[in-house]
Amino acid sequence: MNYITIINNQTIALSTIPEIDYDTFFELNTGFMIDHAERHCVNYFGYKTGDKIKLICCIADDDKHEIYVSSCLYDNTSVITAFTSKLLCFEKYEREIHENFGINYEGHPWLKPVRYPFNRFDQLKTIANYPFYSIESEELHEVGVGPIHAGVIEPGHFRFICNGEQILHLEIQLGYQHRGIEQLFLEKKKLLQKVSLAENIAGDTVVGHTTAFSHIWESICGFEISGDIAFARTLALELERIAIHTGDLSAVCTDVAYQLGSSVFGRLRTPVINFMQEWCGNRLSKGLIRPGSNQFPFDKALADKLKLVLDEFEPDFNEMCKQLFKLPSASSRFERTGVVSYEDVLSVNTVGMAARMSGLNRDIRTSHPYLCYPELQHQPIIKHHGDVYSRVQIRKSEVQQSIKYIRKLLENIPELNNQYNELKTPQADSFAIALVEAWRGEICHCAITGKKGELLLYKIKDPSFHNWMALALSVRNNEISDFPICNKSFNLSYCGHDL
Amino acid sequence: MLDNIKILFHQGKQFIPDVTKAKVPGIFRGRPVISCEKVDEVKLQDLCPVAAISIDPVAIDLGKCSFCGECAKQFPDKIEFSTDYKLATNERDRLIIKEGDDSPIEVNPATVRKEIHSIFGKSLKLRQISAGGDNSCEWELNASNNVQFDMGRFGIEFVASPRHADGIVITGPITKNMAEAVQICYDAVPEPKIIVLVGTDAISGGIFENSPAIDRSFLSKYKIDLFIPGNPAHPLTIINGLLDLTRKK
Ligand code: SF4
Repeated sequence: MNYITIINNQTIALSTIPEIDYDTFFELNTGFMIDHAERHCVNYFGYKTGDKIKLICCIADDDKHEIYVSSCLYDNTSVITAFTSKLLCFEKYEREIHENFGINYEGHPWLKPVRYPFNRFDQLKTIANYPFYSIESEELHEVGVGPIHAGVIEPGHFRFICNGEQILHLEIQLGYQHRGIEQLFLEKKKLLQKVSLAENIAGDTVVGHTTAFSHIWESICGFEISGDIAFARTLALELERIAIHTGDLSAVCTDVAYQLGSSVFGRLRTPVINFMQEWCGNRLSKGLIRPGSNQFPFDKALADKLKLVLDEFEPDFNEMCKQLFKLPSASSRFERTGVVSYEDVLSVNTVGMAARMSGLNRDIRTSHPYLCYPELQHQPIIKHHGDVYSRVQIRKSEVQQSIKYIRKLLENIPELNNQYNELKTPQADSFAIALVEAWRGEICHCAITGKKGELLLYKIKDPSFHNWMALALSVRNNEISDFPICNKSFNLSYCGHDL
Repeated sequence: MLDNIKILFHQGKQFIPDVTKAKVPGIFRGRPVISCEKVDEVKLQDLCPVAAISIDPVAIDLGKCSFCGECAKQFPDKIEFSTDYKLATNERDRLIIKEGDDSPIEVNPATVRKEIHSIFGKSLKLRQISAGGDNSCEWELNASNNVQFDMGRFGIEFVASPRHADGIVITGPITKNMAEAVQICYDAVPEPKIIVLVGTDAISGGIFENSPAIDRSFLSKYKIDLFIPGNPAHPLTIINGLLDLTRKK
């Protein structure tokens, strides 16, 4: 066998991942995916072992609920053929590997920097001299925006090539938010420090990332979570989804100058995040999720409060949505704006709502289930036009769906488990993977431990890692004035990408 | 039209009438109160993920604290987080809360630069710079301007250009990759100007304090006018801090 088959949240001995030569590795992994839309690469990365580089590739099969893991030891001297030469969806992974280790790829169209990490291979490349595309022409002009933007948002640089008002091409340069998180995971020895790091990966996806970290840690330590922990995490994930989608609906309304929608959706988010504060003391759920424990038990009193919050939220939310979607001036800005085709989302490997907007069914809640999702019998919400309208519709429908799930969960609050087992020490020489469907989409964390169970590698993939490319594609041939709504309809993470 | 009026009516009154006296719902980790109870201080100090606790006497540095609540959970008789959200001050030392001290955190009017009251007392325009922030403080800064908290009613607003601003608000630990942009932005703000740090990451670096990917040299060059702690800082902490700094009592 050239690969090993595992499932979500599983830990295996590192030695059980077959190590194959590069040509076989290449054929195997590209072969998995060609003509298989139900399979996609959830992580592909390298790390140093001695003076060689070990490459590990994880391909998920969404129909069979399995993950195929294979590896290759590369001596970093010869030139190798990029996977990208066959399948474009590997381009970002190989750019990252190239940036970190200087691997010489052939057949890769653009080995451009990804995030300028502090420990990058080539220190001469700096964020100030990013190699942007340009087109020589009398008619075209370039527009540069950022790193600091007009609003209160994170930094990134956007370079547009425009023909008059029309965008021909957008290139997005990131890396400004790089804090060295993956390396800090290895250096910070206390568990609470690692949890703090996970909570700080992306402040708008605290529950998503901390859940992924907790699942990995519990898996490496052989810890089975009890029903109350699974319940709390599922609830928190869905509440986070409601809060952010609602906030983003407000932002989209702002960008089409629809004041009523902007204010109403904006204020509707508040009771949801205030509920999080009542539950765990923090509006963004920092402090709520901890590996191996149920930090803030969810009781009857909280359940009653949450029901009340939802009862008040729902009619106002639905009323506002109805009004928004029958407003011609809003629909005309949403419809057929920022379209990304099915073929394109497939080829750039988008995940989560940035895949589902164009008819690509990617949702970890059904494809690689965890926590309470099997019981909820989750059905992904799929749209087909890939435009701003589809993205806004997904937000609306997912909020309604999450409310439904939460009501269902609240019917049956599990007994509190008063005797949590201690977390054992992490298993040595292991590999573990955890996938979580956060509100943006699939989060993938991978960990490798060494001889004493210490972390040798911690790899984080935020949904934004691939979805930024979808934003760049969406604005092609659109008016530059439509960029803000395209951007807000995705609302991608800079810090989650830059790490 | 009628539908719109109906929607407006359904929202009821949303704004918080007095943001200086509002109560935060439920549990909230605000200003800690540390008792003089004897505990295993070494253990207490050791559990903190960001080395915010010093001992003998026990004190918590809110500029470093990530408000994880673990110390209060393990030593409930020693440490309790109150719901007091007024945490902002203009002196770094005032963020260090010592045992037995239950006094509020305030701006020290004696050390506020004179021009701040006279020039920014009624109107303050700020340019925000996210420099490695995790988007949580940015979120709460935005929330400070929503219909509930409505910071705009005090004449405090965020502007798009540093040229229009009276100062900068930094979130995040300041990454190496953002260091130059922070400097350029600050230089572009006309004098007199203020610097406000929002969130633990900005004030001390937080969990990223010793990361080789950050560069905090900018902060050692200038006087910081306001520290607003939190992870993220709560909108009420932000608004009260800015009011405290710019308004004469
Ligand atoms: S709440 Fe603050 S002081 Fe207490 S352990 Fe957490 S970070 Fe340290």
